[in-house]
Parts: sequence; structure tokens; C-alpha cells
Amino acid sequence: MSYAIEMRHIRKEFPGIVANDNITLQVEEGEIHALFGENGAGKSTLMNVLFGLYQPDQGEIYVHGKKAVINDPNEATRLGIGMVHQHFMLIDKFTVAENIILGREPRKHGILDLAKAVKLVKELSEKYGLDVDPNKKVEDITVGMQQRVEILKTLYRGSDIIIFDEPTAVLTPIEIQELIVIMKRLVKEGKSIILITHKLKEIFEACDRCTVIRRGRNIDTVAISETNPSDLASMMVGRKVNVQINDAPYEPKERILEIDHLNVLDSRKVNVIKDLNLTVHGGEILGIAGVDGNGQTELIEAIAGLRKVRDGSIKIGGRDVTNQKTRKIIEAGLGYIPEDRQKHGLVLDFSVGENMVLQTYYKKPYAQAGILKNKVITKKAKQLIEEFDVRTPNEKTLARSLSGGNQQKVIVAREVDRSPQLLIAAQPTRGLDIGAIEFIHGKLLEEKKKGKAVLLVSFELDEILHLSDRIAVIYEGHIIDIVNPKETDENELGLLMAGRRKGGA
Amino acid sequence: MSFFEVLTIIIPSTLLTAAPLIFTSLGGVFSERSGVVNIGLEGLMQVGAFTAAIATLGLEHAGVGSASPWIAILLAAVAGGIFSLIHAVVSISFRADQTVSGVALNFLALGLTIFLVKMIYDGKGQTPYIGHNIDKINIPGLSQIPFFGPIFFQQVTYTSYLAILVSFLVWFVIFKTAFGLRLRSVGEHPAAADTLGINVSKMRYIGVTLSGVFGGIGGAVYLVTITSNYNVSTIAGQGFLALAALVFGKWHPIGAMGASLFFGFAQALSITSQQIPYLDQLPSVIMLTAPYVLTLIVLTGFVGRAEAPKADGVPYIKGQR
Repeated sequence: MSYAIEMRHIRKEFPGIVANDNITLQVEEGEIHALFGENGAGKSTLMNVLFGLYQPDQGEIYVHGKKAVINDPNEATRLGIGMVHQHFMLIDKFTVAENIILGREPRKHGILDLAKAVKLVKELSEKYGLDVDPNKKVEDITVGMQQRVEILKTLYRGSDIIIFDEPTAVLTPIEIQELIVIMKRLVKEGKSIILITHKLKEIFEACDRCTVIRRGRNIDTVAISETNPSDLASMMVGRKVNVQINDAPYEPKERILEIDHLNVLDSRKVNVIKDLNLTVHGGEILGIAGVDGNGQTELIEAIAGLRKVRDGSIKIGGRDVTNQKTRKIIEAGLGYIPEDRQKHGLVLDFSVGENMVLQTYYKKPYAQAGILKNKVITKKAKQLIEEFDVRTPNEKTLARSLSGGNQQKVIVAREVDRSPQLLIAAQPTRGLDIGAIEFIHGKLLEEKKKGKAVLLVSFELDEILHLSDRIAVIYEGHIIDIVNPKETDENELGLLMAGRRKGGA
Repeated sequence: MSFFEVLTIIIPSTLLTAAPLIFTSLGGVFSERSGVVNIGLEGLMQVGAFTAAIATLGLEHAGVGSASPWIAILLAAVAGGIFSLIHAVVSISFRADQTVSGVALNFLALGLTIFLVKMIYDGKGQTPYIGHNIDKINIPGLSQIPFFGPIFFQQVTYTSYLAILVSFLVWFVIFKTAFGLRLRSVGEHPAAADTLGINVSKMRYIGVTLSGVFGGIGGAVYLVTITSNYNVSTIAGQGFLALAALVFGKWHPIGAMGASLFFGFAQALSITSQQIPYLDQLPSVIMLTAPYVLTLIVLTGFVGRAEAPKADGVPYIKGQR
């Protein structure tokens, strides 16, 4: 029996880096095959080779047993290979149907036949159980539906081998479950799937076999039924993975962050933070648990001075910082790892080094009399790159070109290095792989041990439960309860997050 | 003078001055919908107007007669299309800054056309006047309709109706054909179009070349209906008005036509103000600057958030994150 896809001894070099070094991937017909590896391990490069976006320097590709030379995405499409891109390749202002038929438009007398397009899309969506509304514009539909549109695009072109590039990164937990159902259904209809991921959970829920790659090299291909999560994790990282646990004793010190009767409006002028009270002490990690959209974003933006406080007060280290300028608040002792690292954490078109001094560039020793001291900045950047294991060619590399995990490390390095009294970490590990998560968790715990206050906001309950000394549950803009992580579990937290207080309805 | 009489002066004049703007802004629609900003519309109009002047004079000399200006418009379209290739090569193939390239196009067009005029006419700064304009006429039949006839169909040129007709044609092409869908896709999200096998560079070349063709027609129409000779100040700002109409019209062919009619109206006011009660009392300086002042007011105040095609002005580089 031949493989649906066989990539033999693929090598791909970029200036200064070997992205793929002798990788072999064999995908059987009708299986879901995971391609598992850390950020920057070479997964995307390998798939871009398969999809015709890159040409391999060495190696061969076989599709259904026939040797293939894939020079561009058109050729890949012709061979029945489709790709669901991580960053959706959709045109916001076009309708769902227009996005799907683009490039292969049904026509009547040379004129675009949109009625037929809608009909074709409806047929496909019913056949594979991919619920979409063909007439809606992409900008008006949910992320989950956008992904279904991406899948339909490949099916419309007759793909029987579909590559999913980290498809769950942008999805909610429910959408992830739906996606897994969809993938299983596609396989049942005779498709083969390659799932690029660094999340163990979905591999064990969805996949048949798994190929692990690390730093551009093939490690192994294993059947999921014959392995277990911790083995697979060590295979990916190349060493035993330690789950970071908050085992330092809980000895709360003085109050660092004091929030008193806080009220904040969101961008639609709705009062999203209502009379919120919260205190974080030195030497503790306070986790905020809650369903997305209950005021977490607005709360941390208010603390960081990015959103106006309507009423109430915020104190850091005893100093009133309510409605102060962000720089004042930073100087009062705030460190801030923002939710959206690309939008708020980094200047993507600045170098790694420049990004590392974004809050301190105007101070000595980085500047003197208004002139930047590039040597000092470079030295600092090199030290932080070393210390925080940022994988970058050098400090002059643009932040844009780093992988997500390394971008996050740059931010963590910048914020933690200043060792602020209060560190806010919002979704600090979203989209990161196991190795990076372990590293960042370790850094947060170190700050606690140093006696600093850490405010952790996360949608990952595991993360909250593992790291926090106290868990504050936020619901509709106020803290409805504070619980001890040792005396609670996911179920109780889940109920609280849905607004049910302990003991009551 | 009655209000009706005022209309019979202003509306035909509006139609006359709007026609070149309509053609040129439609050209802008093609270019910018494909993702290439085209500030060079002014230069393209200059090339069109220059070509039309030379061609009409030449054709008249050859005895072609009253068909000369019409043939000249076609030649100007070709010249504009060819000239716009400079912008296409520089900004699409070499991915240079599109604004700078467009500005260069404007300088180059003015310098080149005036240089050629001086070369052809022994150092004179302007061409002779053409003998056959596209004249204002009363449309047979339609101009006899009571009330509407004198307003819309008397003292007008066919080019105005042609411009309005072509606007609808362009709308159809852009929104109802596969070609239009592809053109818009490369202006919105070239990487997405690329993964679907659409040739981004090719579509953008077509978009820019069409902007040259339409810009050339716009300049030619301006020459054969309004100025009748070409010199350094013939086009003065018309291309930029067309660019403004494109933005005011939100990159939509019908919107661009509407905006062009509005700017045409503003220009008509300044041209005809001396014949209109009350306005004739105002200093002519105010009336002459009115189109530009109105442009500023409209662009800052009334357009609101104009949404350009998302990838407008962004060179496409394969494989960039």
C-alpha cells in the first residue's frame, strides 16, 4: 500500500539556519497524522514545502505513491493537497461563497454566477457537516465559522489531503471539540489529514499517528495508541519535562496592588467593571479565573493606565495610580505582559534589542542627554537573550520574524528583568509549546519567591490551578469569590465562573 | 433670472467638467482596487491631453475632419496605458514606494509633454488650438422634452453621457465578473489570492494599465471638450481632483462618478458664477478656489471613515508573514 503523502529526506536551508534537516514524513491514506514539535521546530517549513510555497534543497515528495515536483500552490492543489492556514487566508469584505469560489468561479455567459456559487457551497457544507452561511461577509462571522470556510475552500478544489496548520490556536474549547468532530468526519469521507500542532491534548483526542520533529530533525513516528503524553512531550522537547508547580510556601507580605470600588467602561460605554475590589500581596500569585468577556481585559487595561477609570481607585505599593499616565504607573512598579503580544507587547518592526528597552530607553544607562547608547542596549539585549533563552539569530533581528513563543520570551524578559513590584501576566502562555510554557511558569514562580506580587489572568484553568496561591473568580465585572486552589477543582471553578456562588443557586 | 434658467446654465456645465474627472477616477478605481495607489492620475491625464492635442492636429492635417478628436481620444487611451506601465514596473515588479512612484509619474509626464511640445512647435510653450472640438450640442429629440430637455440635454457633449455609461460598465466589471472578483481579491488580501492560484502581479499590472487607459481618456476628453490646446497649465489639478473623487466615492465606480459630478458642479459654479445672480457679486478669487476648498471640506468632513482596499499601497512579497 502506498502512502497518501510521503516526504523523503527533506532538507531546507534558509540563510543562517537549517529549518528542515533530513525529515521523512509518511502519511497513510485515511488517517489523521499529527506533526508535532515546538515553535520553530520546522513544522511550518515542511508543510510549506509540501504546499509548494518553498522548494526543498534535497529530498523527494510522493503523492499517492507517485513522485511529484510541487513548484507552487497551484500544483499542490492540482495534486489534491489543500491547506487550512493558521492565519486565515480570507478576504474580510467578500462573502463566504465568494471566498470559496475565488480563482475557480462558476460562470454563466462569462459573468460571475453567484447564485450557482451559493448553491455549490451549500451542497458542500451539507455533505461534510460544515455549517456556514454562504451569503454572509467573512468579517461578520465567528472565528470558528471562518475556519470552516477555509476547510470548504480546500474541499471545493477537490482536495483529498488536507493540512491543518495549528488550527486550534484561535478557537474556543467548544470550537476545538467541533473541529475534532469535523476532522474525524472528513477522514470517514476518505480524506487524509495532517495536523500541525504543539498541543498534546488534541493529538490524543484526534490523531492516529504522530511524527515528532525537533530543531529541524526527525525524532520519531509513533502510533498514538502505543504512547502516552509524557513520553511524547519529552520527545518533543528533548528532555524530561517538568511541570512547574507552585510549591514555595505561601507567605503573603505587604499589600502591593489595592483596587477599591473600581468602575470601568468598555469601548461601547458599557460599565464592564462594577465596584470591583481586589488586593494582591507581595509573595503571592493571584490568579483571575473567568469566562472571556467578563471584564478581565478592561481590568488589566485600567491598572496599566490604558483605559480610563470612571470611579474608584487603584494603588500600587501604596501610591495612587488611578488614571495616571502609563509611564508613571510603570515607574511606580508595574510590569505588564499583555494579552495580545503582537498588538500591545512588541513593536514588531523594531529589533529584539530595541523591544527589550521599550520602557527604559530614556533612562540611564540606556540614554544620556537624549541620545541612545546603542552599545549598552546591545549588551543588555545579549544578556537577556542568553538568560531567557530567546531563539533568535541575534539582537538585531526584527521581532516580527521570531516565532510566537520567542516573541513572548522577549516580552517576559523585558518585564521580569526590571523586577517590578507588581507583575501582570495576561494569557502569558497562549499559543506556546510545552517547553516555553514551562519556562514562563518558572519565571512567574521566581518572581513570587522574590516577594513580588503577580496577577495572573488566564482562560486555561490548569494554569490557574497550578500556579496560583489564591484564585479570584471574575463574573460580570466583579469578583464573586476568592478560593484556595488546594481546596477547589475545575468543576467548582466552572460553576463559579458561570456565576453561581458556593452554597447558593 | 429664474431658478430654471440657473439650472440650464449650471447643469450642462457640470456635466461638461465632470466627464474628464469621471473617466480618470474610474481609472483610479481599477488601480487601487487591485492594491496599487495611483497618485500619478494627474500625470496620466497630462499624457492623455497632450496626445489628444497632437493627434487631433495631426489627423486634421491629414484630412480626417470631425472624427479627429474621437480617434485622438482612443490614441490618448493607448498612450496613457503605455505610460502607466512605468508606475506598474516600478511599484509592482520592483516594489518601490507607490506614492513616490506616482509623484515621479506626475513630474515625468509634465516635463516630457512640455519638452515634446517645445520640440515639435519650435520652442513654443503650447500647442496650436485644435480645429475640431467635440462640441456642445442639443441632443436631437431628448432636448425637446419640456423642463428636463433644456437642463440635461441642451448644450452638452456626448462624452458626458459616455462617462456616466462607462461608470455603470465599470461597476459591472468590478462587481459582477470573475475578473472583478479577482482584481478586488488582490487589493484586499494578495496572499489569499496567491494561495488560490491567482497571479497577483498580473492582476495588478492590469489594474494599473487600465488606470492609465482611463486617465488618458480623461485627459483627452478634457482637452477636446474644454481647453482645445495643451500647455503647462492645462490639466492643473484635475488629476488630483479625480483622486479625491475616488476617495470621496469610497473606491466604488458609482461613488466615484457621483463624487466627480459633485466636483464638476463645484467647478461649474466657478465658471458660470458671473452669469448667476448673487454669485456674480462675489470676488472671482473665491469662486475659482471653491472646487478645491470644497474638496478639502468634503474629504475631511463628510466622507467619514473611508475604507480603502486593505492591501492598497502595500507591495506584495511572496511568503512574508
